[in-house]
Amino acid sequence: MSREVMEYDVVIVGGGPSGLSTAIKLKQLNPDINVCLLEKASEIGAHILSGNVFETRALDELFPNWKELKAPIQTKVSKEKFLFLGKEKSLSWPTWLLPKVQQNHKNYIISLANLCRWLAEQAEALGVEIFPGFPASEILYNDDGSVKGVATQDMGLDKEGNKKDSFEPGMELHAKVTVFAEGCRGHLGKELIKKFDLSKGKDPQQYGIGFKEIWEVNEKNHEEGLVMHTAGWPLDKNTYGGSFVYHAQNKQVYLGYVIGLDYQNPHLSPFDEFQRFKTHTAIKKMLEGGKRISYGARALIEGGLQSLPKMYMPGALLIGCDAGTLNMPKIKGSHTAMKSGMIAAEAIIDHIKESKNLSVYEEKFNNSWVYKELHKARNVKPSFSWGLILGIIFTGIDQILFRGKLPFTLRHKHADHETLKMADKMPKIDYPKPDNIITFDKTSSVYLTGTNHTDNQPVHLKLKDPELPIKYTLDKYDEPAQRYCPAGVYEVQYENDLPKFVINSQNCIHCKTCDIKEPSQNITWVTPEGGGGPKYGNM
Amino acid sequence: MKILVAVKRVIDYNVQVRVKEDNSGVVTDNVKMSTNPPDDNAVEEAVKIKESGKAKEIVAITVGEEKAQETVRKALAVGADRGIHVKVDGMIEPLAVSKILQKIVDKEKPDLVFMGKQAIDDDCNQTGQMLAALLNWPQATFASKIEVKDKTLEVTREVDEGLETIEVNVPAIITCDLRLNEPRYASLPNIMKAKKKPIEQINAADLGIDTKPRIDQIKVEEPPKRKAGIKVANVEELVQKLKNEAKVI
Repeated sequence: MSREVMEYDVVIVGGGPSGLSTAIKLKQLNPDINVCLLEKASEIGAHILSGNVFETRALDELFPNWKELKAPIQTKVSKEKFLFLGKEKSLSWPTWLLPKVQQNHKNYIISLANLCRWLAEQAEALGVEIFPGFPASEILYNDDGSVKGVATQDMGLDKEGNKKDSFEPGMELHAKVTVFAEGCRGHLGKELIKKFDLSKGKDPQQYGIGFKEIWEVNEKNHEEGLVMHTAGWPLDKNTYGGSFVYHAQNKQVYLGYVIGLDYQNPHLSPFDEFQRFKTHTAIKKMLEGGKRISYGARALIEGGLQSLPKMYMPGALLIGCDAGTLNMPKIKGSHTAMKSGMIAAEAIIDHIKESKNLSVYEEKFNNSWVYKELHKARNVKPSFSWGLILGIIFTGIDQILFRGKLPFTLRHKHADHETLKMADKMPKIDYPKPDNIITFDKTSSVYLTGTNHTDNQPVHLKLKDPELPIKYTLDKYDEPAQRYCPAGVYEVQYENDLPKFVINSQNCIHCKTCDIKEPSQNITWVTPEGGGGPKYGNM
Repeated sequence: MKILVAVKRVIDYNVQVRVKEDNSGVVTDNVKMSTNPPDDNAVEEAVKIKESGKAKEIVAITVGEEKAQETVRKALAVGADRGIHVKVDGMIEPLAVSKILQKIVDKEKPDLVFMGKQAIDDDCNQTGQMLAALLNWPQATFASKIEVKDKTLEVTREVDEGLETIEVNVPAIITCDLRLNEPRYASLPNIMKAKKKPIEQINAADLGIDTKPRIDQIKVEEPPKRKAGIKVANVEELVQKLKNEAKVI
């Protein structure tokens, strides 16, 4: 099958903070360079979900005049709280006792989706060609094994993969350098890491699943600029996670929960933990009389420096959280993602102009403030594998006394799909029913995401062994996909008492949790037809 | 033959529309916008007619704010030849749109004007009809099948009773139903090419048309929430409830 081909200097896969920063920096350094950026969402921002308390360091470097250019960054953090939650009570932790990395007084509460929309406008004004609705679905290689570019998804295939009347073949985009910026667990990034053995000598990557809801709350419960984090209830001591509560503009509260995907109990349902969290008195009283207006979820990187793969290979770079640049103790990844993208642009210019090897990217990265930040942060997440209490004590010593300079590095021992224990060995969890005021079910939540995939297209969640969910995973782990999926994609239905594994792929909100957590790595997330997935607004 | 196709930018049909807290309208900031779905059918039909050799040129037009241009760009990517964007900020009603289209028709002299049967945002279903009245042209609304004949069109319309087939003389206004066809995808190469096709920008004010709304919108509210249903034990109870409580039989 012949596909049309376009040649560019640089092709970027993914229109998040890292990819857009690469595009912008490239054009700033050399206005004549041809840059094309592909995005799988129907528009830039529609697949972006993040807290977000934003540190402006990278943006200050990219656009020192971002205020003049009207970047959507307005709400300065004015007050901070940290609560340890018990089932009924809560204990407020004094902010001066928080590690410096967790202090936010110079930062802003923003919608990352809106920031990306703004970055895309800046990029287009500089001449970057941006194509939303076109997922890169395939990596193309040269004869010498180097990356040649990507191909976009074919459109108009039916469930069985046959061409419909509306069939449009994908297109090949060839580039001198292809930049992969798909975000956490990018499906092409995953292929590159494997093919070029990029995580050799590194620890297994660690992930979390993050939920976010936007609420419009009563004026009396709103305090613009307030940033609050909680740890503790409803999670048990061995499960890593916590909440964020950010009071943004227009009486909106960005409310979220992050749970480490190294949790052990297959009966745990991250979605229901988040819903239950909202019933805590400290949270409930803030939400009462308010209205939930948005919902979404996305996997995120937690592994830090120990798990960061090599970020260059012949013909391509891996940037942002497609590699894994999030700073876990800071609970921030946008500024590091942006900076990694900007460094990539500098490396690409050197590579094209002076034909330097792409390894120059790693040199520049290791000399940058991102590396220093991640190095300081490296021991926090692994210490929580000892449980919440020891984790906090160690983090206090590591971050407050030693400022991240302890002379050793803790390791991540297991990949997240290896941590589940057998279902019959672990306690079942009885989650309360949603009240449809403060807590909700998955169906009504997914409805708010605007998610849609054209029906009659191939299922984009592939099972390596279609029998495995029922034959093995159901028996051993009570098929945890039913619970870890935040959108209700996976169900075990019974017909005449016989279990059947059902994949409602049209509900998929592209969070990638199944691809990460499935104990046998049996589920592979691939790109659906372009424009599919959620249509997030100001997430 | 020359076809003018009108397209409108509306909130994407997958988005859950939210009413503004002060009831002054619906939230559109940072909401995904798309071409009004039946307008896609109108563009598709025009392109099909051109592909069959019965039309020579397709001009896509939109009326609205700066970003409304995206809808014209999309029409160009699936086969329209050039575009016109009439710039107006703020709320604009069907009468004003049809007056603008009338001016453009006077200038462009198309043989046919295609558009969607109605927009999914305000559901007015008036622009095509008003334009026909202003131009004194025949109209065929809710078209689900169009056959181009010599100097006439045979149009099948979706009406309450079923399907009605009529013949209209050219020039004519056709408003299109979703059943008319299946719009094609805009392919990446065609989107790239469409970026080079011309879009003429005109300010509505320069056309000498007063676009002020004629309707005062008092407030916008969400529809009342449906009450939860109940289960009845048997047919008798159902009949009894329908009779005495719902009072429908």
